Parts: sequence; C-alpha cells; structure tokens
Amino acid sequence: MAESGRPAATGAQSFSLDVRTRLRSWMRHHRNTASGTVNELVGSWITTLMTSLVIGIALALPGILFLIVSNLMAVSADWQGGPRLSVYFDQPSEMNARAAELRQWPEIISVEVITPNQAIDEFQQISGFGDVLNSLDRNPLPGVLVVAPGSGEPAQIRLLSERLAEVEGVTSVSSDIAWIERLYAMLTIGERLVMAMSLVLALGVCLIVGNTIRLAIESRRAEIEVVKLVGGTDAFVRRPFLYLGLWFGLGGGILAWLLIEFSLIFISGPVAQLASSYNSDFVMTGLGFSGSMLLLLGGMLLGVVGSGLAVSRHLGEIEPQ
Amino acid sequence: MSTVRFDQVSKRYAEGREALSRVSFEMQQGEMAFLTGHSGAGKSTLLKLIMLMEKPSQGQVLVGGVNLNRLGRRQIPGLRREVGVVFQNHQLLFDRTVYDNVALPLVIAGYGPREMARRVRAALDKVGLVGKEKQYPIALSGGEQQRVGIARAVVNRPPLLLADEPTGNLDPELSAEIMDLFQQFNQVGVTVLIATHDISLVEAMGQRRLILHQGQLEQD
Repeated sequence: MAESGRPAATGAQSFSLDVRTRLRSWMRHHRNTASGTVNELVGSWITTLMTSLVIGIALALPGILFLIVSNLMAVSADWQGGPRLSVYFDQPSEMNARAAELRQWPEIISVEVITPNQAIDEFQQISGFGDVLNSLDRNPLPGVLVVAPGSGEPAQIRLLSERLAEVEGVTSVSSDIAWIERLYAMLTIGERLVMAMSLVLALGVCLIVGNTIRLAIESRRAEIEVVKLVGGTDAFVRRPFLYLGLWFGLGGGILAWLLIEFSLIFISGPVAQLASSYNSDFVMTGLGFSGSMLLLLGGMLLGVVGSGLAVSRHLGEIEPQ
Repeated sequence: MSTVRFDQVSKRYAEGREALSRVSFEMQQGEMAFLTGHSGAGKSTLLKLIMLMEKPSQGQVLVGGVNLNRLGRRQIPGLRREVGVVFQNHQLLFDRTVYDNVALPLVIAGYGPREMARRVRAALDKVGLVGKEKQYPIALSGGEQQRVGIARAVVNRPPLLLADEPTGNLDPELSAEIMDLFQQFNQVGVTVLIATHDISLVEAMGQRRLILHQGQLEQD
C-alpha cells in the first residue's frame, strides 16, 4: 500500500487503465478463457465427448437428410433426354401421316415413329421373351409415336398431351411427366422436412447446450459469487460459459461432420451399383467445403446461443451473499 | 474528504425485519474504525450496503463521494474494485492455488502477467505467506487461509478495506496478528472498517468504535 499514490476512493468510475491496456487485457482474457475452457473440457473428456456426440447426432440427422434430398434433386435435374410423350395408335398405317402432321406443331420438337414390328423386335431383344413372342399368332404391340415436347414444364406437357389425345386415330397418350411430377413433389416435401427437422433439432441443440451450461454455472456458483464480489463484470463472468458453449457446438459440428461423411461412404457402394444398373456414372456429392464450414459454424453459433440463453437466465440469480 | 458516509440509512428486509435504522456516520480517508455489536445488530448489513450487496431502504450511502443509490448495475463492479473485503469464512476458491486466489482481482482488473506476479508476491509478502503460492487453500491452517483472504483484499490496493468478523474462527494470538495486519494497512493510508464482536480485542487496539444495537448506532 505504501506506493499507492492515488487519492482515496474516488468512486465507481475512477478505475483507470488506458484504452489500449484495457483492450490488450480484454484480448488476453479472451485468449486465457478460450484455452482455459478447452483444458477444462479435455480434463473431463468423457462428459465432453458424450455431450458433443448428442449435439453431433442432432446436427447430423438433418444434414444426412439434406444430402439425400439434394442428391436426388441432382439426379432428377439431369434426367437424361427430358420428358417424352408416347402416343399410341390402333391403326399403324396412319402413323406416318400423323407423324408428319405433328412435326408441324410448334410445341413439338421431334417425333419418332416406332411401328409395331420395330417395337416387337426391340422388346424381344431386351426382354428375352423371344420364344414366347414367336408363339403368338399376331403382334400384340401397338404403334407408337414418341413425341419430344419443346417445353419441359409439367403444365405445358399436360396441355400438349390433352391435345394429342384428340388427334384422329390416337387411342391413348401416356407420359413420364406424372412420374417426374411426383418425384418433384416428394423432393419438395423432403426439403420442407429437412427445414422443419433442422429447426426442431437446432432448438434441441440450444437446449442441450443450455442445460449443460446451466449445470456448469450451478457447479461454479461459489466462484461466480467471489468473482462478482471482487469486481468482476457480467461480461467477465459470462465469458467462460459462452466459450464452453462455443466448444460444445464446435465439437458437435465436427462429430456431425464425421457421422455424415461416414454415412456417405457407407451408402456410396450400393448407390454406385444402383446407378450403374441405370447406365449412369452418378456419384453422391458430400457436404463439400462450404457445406462443412456451414455445419461447423452453425454448430458453434447454436452452442453460443444455447449457452447465452442459459447464462442470461441463471447468472443474474447468483449474487454474493 | 470522507471515504464512507451514511446519511440516515435504514435497511428493512422483505420479511419486515429492520436491520438498520437511521444510521449516520462518516469515515475520513485514512481512518480506521471498528464496528461492534451483538450478532444480528446489523454489522454485516452495514458492510453489505457499502459493497452494494444490498441497497438501503431509506437514506444514502456515499463511498468516495459517490452516492451508491445513483449507481447503475453496470457500475457496481467498478465500485467493488475500489473496496477490498475480508470475510470470516474467507470466500476462497478451493480448486485454485493461493497464487490464483490472490491474483483474481488483478485478472478481473486486467493486469498483465508480470505486473500481476509482482503485486501478488508483494501482497503475500505483506501477510507473511511467501512460498505458499503453489499450495491449495485446503492445505493451509485457518489463520493462513484468512491471510490469503486478506492478501486478495489488498492486492489491488483499494483505498477502502472492509472486514466482516475476520478473526471469528481464530484463537486470540492469531486474532491479534490479523488485527495488527489491518493496522499496518491503515498506517499506509488505507481506510479500514472492521466488523467484530471481539470487544476485548477492539479495546486493546484503541481505535474508533461504531457500536450497533438493534440496528441503531449507539455510540460513535
């Protein structure tokens, strides 16, 4: 005390360290808190791993679903050849004339004629029912015009198919558009599902982190009281808990990333087999760099938000007695 | 200038008990005083008002000329850094070393590691605990633990030092040593206010006495 040259208490604001010193000490405290909390978490690594794993699973579920949906979208987007309309005729003799007419329609790009004979040849080659077909006394297959529409939009194709049905000699029109429409509808549902699930599980992550931090606050009640008593600001008291939340979020993000990537490796074999059976060299795409970053940052953000909620709820209650 | 001033201060707790009623007194810078009275007379409440651990129901408390009624929540930490406190139960952190316990106010105030080490050593030297930096409080005797608490209270060199029953758990010899320490701080200009029920010790010290009886200041 001898060298304490300053005047007696001049009040609450008299605490004087210049701005640069304060900034430096602020950064030092951040650094120390960051490393201190890491040490703390590593020290009780089993608990840390468990909590992070719960967070990781909660993050991985929507992540995996997202990858499935986005890959299915990629598959359907480069669906080879685009939609086709099959126009069936009872009288194959009329087909060529009708094909010539249809080629004049502005909404049609091309018309391919498949006579009943061509059809049965192709069917024999592909199906392996050669002998059975030979035993039939007449060709059961109708003639088909394969029409490629100019527009890929489901509504346009529907309109065109209605017009084609009214053309003379046409018995029926079928298109693969219904199938594509259904796929798109399902994928839209899938997307919504991913969103809803992400929201619910994000809330879950916040609550998991919040609860963990609440317990941490409770177990350090005495320390918090002493820190407040010797002049620790709210920010000072809050800081280690926010860092704990951040690390839990990061740990959860890393574990989620591992879960997702391993799941991808796990199903990539069967997917490649399935793709090759369709003569496709389709390969599932993973999260990629930006997706991975998003996952990690998202985890960290949720961790901080969760601990922030817990801290704002519980730290105020603890005052020195 | 007065360091501590109470102006007609009353404190009524929620359950209706009046801990302090119309207490007025003043302490000058560099003064040392004892706050005595039976347990429940309001000694702790009075100290808590200075630390802003409680707010007065009526009246004003001024510390260093600042009216504590006008202090916002965010300004409380600043006030507490200007006031060192010693408790009967030490309020030490048992999972931290003696060094870390004493350094805590400096960490909070944002001192650099070198300045911090220098000040912690100076404070431990003052209370006679040099060489115990790396020990944990649990390994120390009651008297030594109390000294750690005192070192922590003075490490930031506060102009005002409060103590609530600092010798409560100590034998007379150790108590006298602790009181001697407070006197030494007072001699270098620190304003010291000590709440105690140990009348014989107070009388031996020959300092100013503030006597509380059922919440009222009987004698100043």
